[in-house]
Amino acid sequence: MPKRLPPQPGEWLDRNRTVAFRFEGKTYHGFVGDMLSSALWANDVRLLGRSFKYHRPRGVYSLSNHDVNLMVEDGRRTNLRGDVLPITPGLDVRAVNTVGGLKRDRLRIIDRFGAFLPVGFYYKAFHTPRRLFRFYENQMRKIAGLGKIEPSARWPASPKDYAFCDLLVVGAGPAGLAGAIAAAENGLHVLLVDEQQRPGGSLTWQWAGDAAARERLRELLERASMLDNLEMRCATQAGGWYADHWVALFNDRRLTKLRAGATLVATGCIEQPAVFYNNDLPGVMLASAAQRLMHIYAVKPCDRAVVLAANSDGYRLACDLYSAGVDVAAVVDLRREGDQTEMSRRVAEAGIAIHRGHAVYEAVANRGKTVVKATICPLNDDGSPRTDSTSAIDCDGIMMSVGWAPNSGLVSQAGGRFRYATHVEQFIPSELPPGVFAAGRLNGVFDLQDQIADGRRAGLAAAAFLGKIGGTIPEALVHRSSPPSHPYPIFTHPKKKNFVDLDEDLHLADFVNAHQEGYDNIELMKRYTTVGMGPSQGKLSNMNAVRILARLNGASIDATGSTTSRPFHQPVSLGHLAGRRFHPLRRTPMHEWHAQAGAEIIHAGDWFRPEYYRVDGRTRDDCIYEEAANVRRNVSLIDVGTLGKLHVMGPDAARFLEHIYTGRFENQKTGTLRYGLACDETGVIIEDGVVARLDDDCFYVTATSSGVAAFYREMQRWAIIFKMNVALVNATGQLAAMNIAGPKSREVIKDLTDVDLSPEQFGYLGVRRGTVAGARATLMRVGFVGELGYEIHVPASHGWHVWNVLIEAGRRYDIRPFGIEAQRLLRLEKGHFIVGHDTDALTTPFEADVAWAIGKNKDFFVGGRSLDIIRKKPLTRTLVGIVFPQAHRGPFPEECNLIIAAGEIAGRVTSIARRTTLGFPIGMAFVRPDLANPGTNIEIRVDDGNLVAAQVARLPFYDPGNGRQR
Amino acid sequence: MKLLDCPLIGPRPIQEFQSGGEVRDMPDPKLSSDDEWSNYVFNRRGEPAVKREWWYHVPSGTWFIAVRDNRTDQIVRTFLYGSE
Repeated sequence: MPKRLPPQPGEWLDRNRTVAFRFEGKTYHGFVGDMLSSALWANDVRLLGRSFKYHRPRGVYSLSNHDVNLMVEDGRRTNLRGDVLPITPGLDVRAVNTVGGLKRDRLRIIDRFGAFLPVGFYYKAFHTPRRLFRFYENQMRKIAGLGKIEPSARWPASPKDYAFCDLLVVGAGPAGLAGAIAAAENGLHVLLVDEQQRPGGSLTWQWAGDAAARERLRELLERASMLDNLEMRCATQAGGWYADHWVALFNDRRLTKLRAGATLVATGCIEQPAVFYNNDLPGVMLASAAQRLMHIYAVKPCDRAVVLAANSDGYRLACDLYSAGVDVAAVVDLRREGDQTEMSRRVAEAGIAIHRGHAVYEAVANRGKTVVKATICPLNDDGSPRTDSTSAIDCDGIMMSVGWAPNSGLVSQAGGRFRYATHVEQFIPSELPPGVFAAGRLNGVFDLQDQIADGRRAGLAAAAFLGKIGGTIPEALVHRSSPPSHPYPIFTHPKKKNFVDLDEDLHLADFVNAHQEGYDNIELMKRYTTVGMGPSQGKLSNMNAVRILARLNGASIDATGSTTSRPFHQPVSLGHLAGRRFHPLRRTPMHEWHAQAGAEIIHAGDWFRPEYYRVDGRTRDDCIYEEAANVRRNVSLIDVGTLGKLHVMGPDAARFLEHIYTGRFENQKTGTLRYGLACDETGVIIEDGVVARLDDDCFYVTATSSGVAAFYREMQRWAIIFKMNVALVNATGQLAAMNIAGPKSREVIKDLTDVDLSPEQFGYLGVRRGTVAGARATLMRVGFVGELGYEIHVPASHGWHVWNVLIEAGRRYDIRPFGIEAQRLLRLEKGHFIVGHDTDALTTPFEADVAWAIGKNKDFFVGGRSLDIIRKKPLTRTLVGIVFPQAHRGPFPEECNLIIAAGEIAGRVTSIARRTTLGFPIGMAFVRPDLANPGTNIEIRVDDGNLVAAQVARLPFYDPGNGRQR
Repeated sequence: MKLLDCPLIGPRPIQEFQSGGEVRDMPDPKLSSDDEWSNYVFNRRGEPAVKREWWYHVPSGTWFIAVRDNRTDQIVRTFLYGSE
């Protein structure tokens, strides 16, 4: 590790534990605590990655969780950022986006053609000739993108968890720590998160050369550790702020859904690069990256440095470099007046040359494409470089300390607004939503003592917001010395390659071109140039892009604005977001029986239901047909426990049902059933079922399996609006239900129940309460499948028992279970429509041919007034039965196939069955009213485009006199 | 994720609720013209304003009214229908 410094006071390394890892096939060593980037830099590896577009060589640049120069893949994971990837034994990674390895990347040739690849090049070049587009697209897809996804890689499911706190503090730098401590000391339960491995923020790098600052950090951490109600999570990022302080936290393992009472954002600033020729060469880096290398990872950034400064932070860096044994060749200060702080005095004392009013105009590369010289020149009054008097300084590192941009993503997502403040030359919050607080450098407060005071102020303000303390909160502090940021650290160069966005390889000229082409709005410019769309989401480029556009437009920064910040603020693995899926599933009490009986189980909404029961040697169609035939011939049993089951009780129950359904119920006799058809306010059918009157003020109502939840909800609302004295209970899950149907059904249950089953006592459309197989039961004589039958509702806890008893008792009669496919076939033979299957979102009772279900002389029902209007208008379609010849051969229509008449669409098939107990295929369809007369010949266009003949038929197909179900 | 105040059991995450649309007063079906009735049934007022909306808390089965400013998505207050 040739570039490793001697132990540093605040370093995060465990020097007793060496780690061997592989990068691009070569083995290196680092210490526990190193990130991939720091370990490679310590080994004097300077070529870390290739850029997105031009495949230019890149090295350490920001080293603070948004350095996209080093992105690697390990065969399983991809696009891992080297600045936050800890080295571990066995780590074996390659750089992404190379062809033939990092050093010999064959695509590096693209760099030479940069002049021919201006922004917008793809849009303009690759759309003609059209026939070549496929070729272009294919080639483009090969070149574009970064890491390759390994489809065969398996990744363990990411867990998700939940957390709650009074105050979330994001950022454990001086302001965040002070804020968290102040809030916790005032009784708040505080969660403090920081994206770095250890707390301290800028105290761990920017101020780490200062013994007094290190002591401040130690004090803050000690106070924080003594507070039981202050929890700290490092290596944890706040990725997104959502309504009411719902914040997505994530680390390398999981997503945490946090609900906070308030949020204090102390995320600090992100250091911004200067824009000059070759400002992306390995060796050019941000001052903060150099300080992180030295203080956190004990790595020497370079041997001979040029510091480009526009603030006192640059002079602090020069001192740090000097202390670390780096030969500081010069400090180049963009400001003509230079710096007046203690730091600049120490730089001068160290004998370091200071060039005030100068800029680094170029970085000069050697054959190995790393920095060997900095070309500097004085600046004109307007800030432009005086290229007639350049001079060169030998160096292998150029450190940029020209300004900061607020790490403002969370505040923006929360609805905070920013304004550009010239006293700091950066955006600072101008308006914060209730419960959102900002502190520290994000707030434009830079002095270390001021940051701590500002954090404390924000922590107290949060405590006051949450009602923990009263009194007055200290005033916010204002930065007093010279601005920490330069208003325009951007320099043109005839050879371009002065990069504004390193993620996307955008240089200054790209912005000028975009502006000339009319993209003079920041959001448009972003989309045209793609600035800020790379992996770091513009953290190092958006601010400079705003500065460039403001200058091009001759407008202020505020008038130029900035782009919208959306979650996630940091890249997050898709696996974390996908996580595991939780979906509620419902089983009836008889589910296990079905499974053991060979049922093919399907999902029907939330429910598991038997589609049919498999029989060895039989096809699916055979099984369904035989199940249906057994209903017609003998007796069969179906589990209908998924039906909606509602109790409607109270003095207004009958009147309420008359309001909800189209029919009459006030005159319904106790012990009888009626068909219930419900419409919405527009007169569209939304539900149907049976309404059983159990007593004067007590009804039991069934509804469709999929519709009951919404129907019950609407019933509840109407009960409130109608102000009726009625109680509603959704007993769908409390009750099991089964339908025993077939000519022999009475025989099967007559000895199992205390209810008199004689047709005189318990006729068709009757309802009785009693016991079945010892269980309290409600029995209903329904005719849905067209045979004698009893629907038996029992408590869910008895469902399994009653089912088994019925099956046992039915053996003598060849009882069989049947599934929903057979039930659908049987009801189709009876011509019953299924709401939502044969009807759609516009179907009225007139169209569905159930106008008979609309009660006469009713005062009011939901949808009634609309039906009065619709009744006066001509019908546009009618639901009819259709039949096919018994000898039908060839393609057969499917549901939703269209009916064609004289080349026009004249309807649609809604239900169809090829094999029926009738011996010929049947279906139901919507047709134009002029085609609705029984006997009309129609044609259906099947999937292959052929027309199939059918005939409109009278419904029901089976047992038109309904004799069998009585 | 937003919080909404159920008048019965207090603030709960929005995923426990379903929206029931704006509160609309039904005109008298007997007295209103076909046009007036159609307007009631089909037309919704989408303008930015403080709205009275139906909301349903699913786990507790509670319908209530939320007064919401749809410009800022701020809930002004919630109450049971008919209680004010």
